[in-house]
Amino acid sequence: MYLNQFLFLSAFLFATGVYGVLARRNGVLVLMSIELILTAVNINLVAFSAFHNNIAGQVFALFVIAVAAAEVGVGLAIVLLIYRNKQSIDLTDVDVMKG
Amino acid sequence: MIAQNIAFGVIAATMVGAAIRLVTTQNVVRAALFLVLVLAGAAAQFLLLSADFVAIVQVLVYIGAIVVLFLFGIMLTRAPIGRDVGLDNEQRWLAALVGALLLGVIVYVTNDAFGSDKINFGRIASAGHTTPSIAVSIFQSYVVPFEVVSVLLLAALVGSIVVARRD
Repeated sequence: MYLNQFLFLSAFLFATGVYGVLARRNGVLVLMSIELILTAVNINLVAFSAFHNNIAGQVFALFVIAVAAAEVGVGLAIVLLIYRNKQSIDLTDVDVMKG
Repeated sequence: MIAQNIAFGVIAATMVGAAIRLVTTQNVVRAALFLVLVLAGAAAQFLLLSADFVAIVQVLVYIGAIVVLFLFGIMLTRAPIGRDVGLDNEQRWLAALVGALLLGVIVYVTNDAFGSDKINFGRIASAGHTTPSIAVSIFQSYVVPFEVVSVLLLAALVGSIVVARRD
């Protein structure tokens, strides 16, 4: 198998995730799109781990998974706080820092 | 090798379709289920790359824990369970342009750099299970990052409780 096919799949997932982060207004959906981006990174890491026959890539993928779990926990707590204060999780309403 | 390529194609097509539906669907719960499909596809790709331990962790942590967390988030923020118009903002087309440009650049660069490189599965298969070598790698070379990640998880746990607590 070519290394490229995994890299292209990962690039597509990454681009889709970036689109989701930019285009969604629901906070939970933005967090889901970030998960898409992190999954793309993991596929790249594991593909290069197989390509170089070096286990370090898989170890880094495990670290990314652990950090993603922490990120989702904090992110959802923030989204809950936004919901409690504004009664909505529409991110276009969160504009107190707009000049 | 043919069977592996067919498996890759089927799984990749599923992942691509699920990812597109994930960022375009107007139903939040369905988006979470499409996320499950993408993550399960990623786990299957890890298995194709003979990364068995990472695949299991992906299923356990992502599908088992993170997606459940997302579903709790959806329920606690009382998102409508059915269709919900207006999940996208008005910069949708600009975002699609940015995504397409990023995809084009990454595909061009990776094709330029790794256009003809093949993954040598014979070498990987002779290495056997990945779990022992991952354990050795984590607890010898990467033991400090491992401990830092433990502290990070603890900090994130305490932090999210403090942020989300009603007092």
